[in-house]
Amino acid sequence: MDILEVTNLTKEFGGLTANKDVSMNVKEGSITAVIGPNGAGKTTFFNMITGVYQPTAGEIKLKGQSIVGLKPDEVAKKGISRTFQNIRLFGEMSVIENVLVGMHNHLKTSLFGIFLSLPNTKKEELQAEQEAYRLLEYFELSHLINEKANNLSYGAQRKLEIARALATQPKLILLDEPAAGMNPKETKELTDIIKRMGKEFGVTILLIEHDMKLVMELSEQIFVLDHGEKIAEGNPEAIRTNPKVIEAYLGSAAVQ
Amino acid sequence: MKAKFSSFLQHKWSQVILFSVFIAVTSSALYFSQKSVVSFLLLLASLLVLHYMNLKKVTKWIVAAGLLFFLIPFASSGGPAFQSYMEVATMVGIYISMALGLNIVVGMAGLLDLGFVAFFAVGAYSYSIFATPQASNFMPFGVYPLGGESFWAFLIIGGICAAIAGVLIGVPVLRVKGDYLAIVTLGFGEIIRIVFNNLDRPINFTGGAMGISSVTPPKIFGIELVFPNQFYFVTLVILLFTIFAVLRLEHSKLGRSWKAVRENEIAAQAMGIPLVKTKLLAFALGATFSGMMGVVFAAKQAFIDPTSFTLMESFTILVMVVLGGMGSVPGVILGAAVVTVLNLQVLTELTNWVNQLSLNGIVSIPDALSPAKMQKFIFGAILVLFALYRPKGLIPSKNKIFDASKLKVSKKTEDIENKDSVVVENEKVQV
Repeated sequence: MDILEVTNLTKEFGGLTANKDVSMNVKEGSITAVIGPNGAGKTTFFNMITGVYQPTAGEIKLKGQSIVGLKPDEVAKKGISRTFQNIRLFGEMSVIENVLVGMHNHLKTSLFGIFLSLPNTKKEELQAEQEAYRLLEYFELSHLINEKANNLSYGAQRKLEIARALATQPKLILLDEPAAGMNPKETKELTDIIKRMGKEFGVTILLIEHDMKLVMELSEQIFVLDHGEKIAEGNPEAIRTNPKVIEAYLGSAAVQ
Repeated sequence: MKAKFSSFLQHKWSQVILFSVFIAVTSSALYFSQKSVVSFLLLLASLLVLHYMNLKKVTKWIVAAGLLFFLIPFASSGGPAFQSYMEVATMVGIYISMALGLNIVVGMAGLLDLGFVAFFAVGAYSYSIFATPQASNFMPFGVYPLGGESFWAFLIIGGICAAIAGVLIGVPVLRVKGDYLAIVTLGFGEIIRIVFNNLDRPINFTGGAMGISSVTPPKIFGIELVFPNQFYFVTLVILLFTIFAVLRLEHSKLGRSWKAVRENEIAAQAMGIPLVKTKLLAFALGATFSGMMGVVFAAKQAFIDPTSFTLMESFTILVMVVLGGMGSVPGVILGAAVVTVLNLQVLTELTNWVNQLSLNGIVSIPDALSPAKMQKFIFGAILVLFALYRPKGLIPSKNKIFDASKLKVSKKTEDIENKDSVVVENEKVQV
């Protein structure tokens, strides 16, 4: 079954067409990659799915339900979460607080409960903290819970962003260049985490990445964008040998 | 030697003994001597010392309550300046409460609001209008002025009015960000003052520039509250409520979402935080505390007019927040206390002293240079110095420290749970 169905999605910024008639279906429980050269419209595509931009034309459906026209926070409530290409953590807040913010919509307490510190509120808060701790343990960040997010190393910040996105308990998670700026060892770790994460958290993963090793190892399905248009789709093997993709993006070295 | 001394200071009991001596000396000096401003200020400062002591939180709160409810009013009651001390302490309380309100907006949610005094005005006018014959100008029913007992209801009504004003101003204003927000709130702050200034025609709501005088004093158990030492306790109770509420808010879901919005709006929204609603809540809650204190202020002064709510007041409150440390509750309390005491006590004392000197012919300082008139200069200097040397304020805000050992769920149960859920999910995928 397809969790995400995108049909003929188009985005124009004035005279510039960032995405043109892009259609793609993402299978539930899969790991899917979107690749393409810089400026191909990958991030714009993500921004439309998460409600940051409104598409000029086209339809986006999450589990058969249209999410076009929703604000980013409403999209998040529907079960789509994301990370950002340029890291956007809450820098002055501690690591665990960052994750707790991700749980915002799952905390049901009212203003009244907060003021009176009702037992329910306290219990909910403690459970959230434990859950956050568990997530951070999963990402091997649990020794840093009280550290300011700004003080973390680059790789750790990337991992924290994923942990925070997972804290919203999404059905679909969009990772925008999760391995950007990581060294090979960190990339290897991240690859393993992403591979396990999909199964263990029951989440479908859609990612943008330039690291072809990571993409080829992880993805079941790959979509290739170039100049805002989808030029190819298929499994890693088909993409690797697709002449159009080689010409536009991979270069002939990838074939060998 | 030095190390020994500092370890002596670190120790709990030595701290307690030194603290008790300090309090005993200052309070008896305050009680017995005639001219005792310094000891009054030192006694107030003992609360700051208490904040840094190596004691349990509960103990600190109990000691602070003892100081505030008993020792400070009692010790100041010795001399002829009793009411003026209580007046200063009351104003400190009022300003702390307002600064804490503004701290929610500026410090936590990161929305620079330069018209905050407007909410204070709304609270003050809401009580003044109904506690004077003013209300009979436009109310078709009821007898005005309302009795002094209504004050207690108006604490809540004033807060609600201010919250509504906060939302009404917030809806248009929160479309803009950063510097633009500051300018627009500044405009709205002035608009509200000017509206109060001109709302005496065609129907006389606010008394216009003449203001509203002889506001009914509050009454409790048949006692009319008119003296500063009585208002001191009213203010203190509301202040403690405010501090309590703000501390609860700070580490709640709501406080976190404010900080998230401050740190990164786009990411906060992507985490499911509705921006407009969260910002409006910050505006409304911040305004509530300010509005409540507005009611107290109106009742205490028994007279209000638009000049009490000028732009300078908004700046003063902002200075308190910046000086103390944006987003830091203890910092803002300290900042508000320092600025208020500086304004009401230190500058006036200095002015008196300077006047005395020039009367005796020792030095002659022109009237234009008297310290009381240098308020703006001093605020400016404070802001510049703090921006340069201590940009995070007197007591910088700290994140809550989480105890990892309490958050660990025992490993075994967790593993079992995890396995179960994985199995369930796998089945789902296959289906």
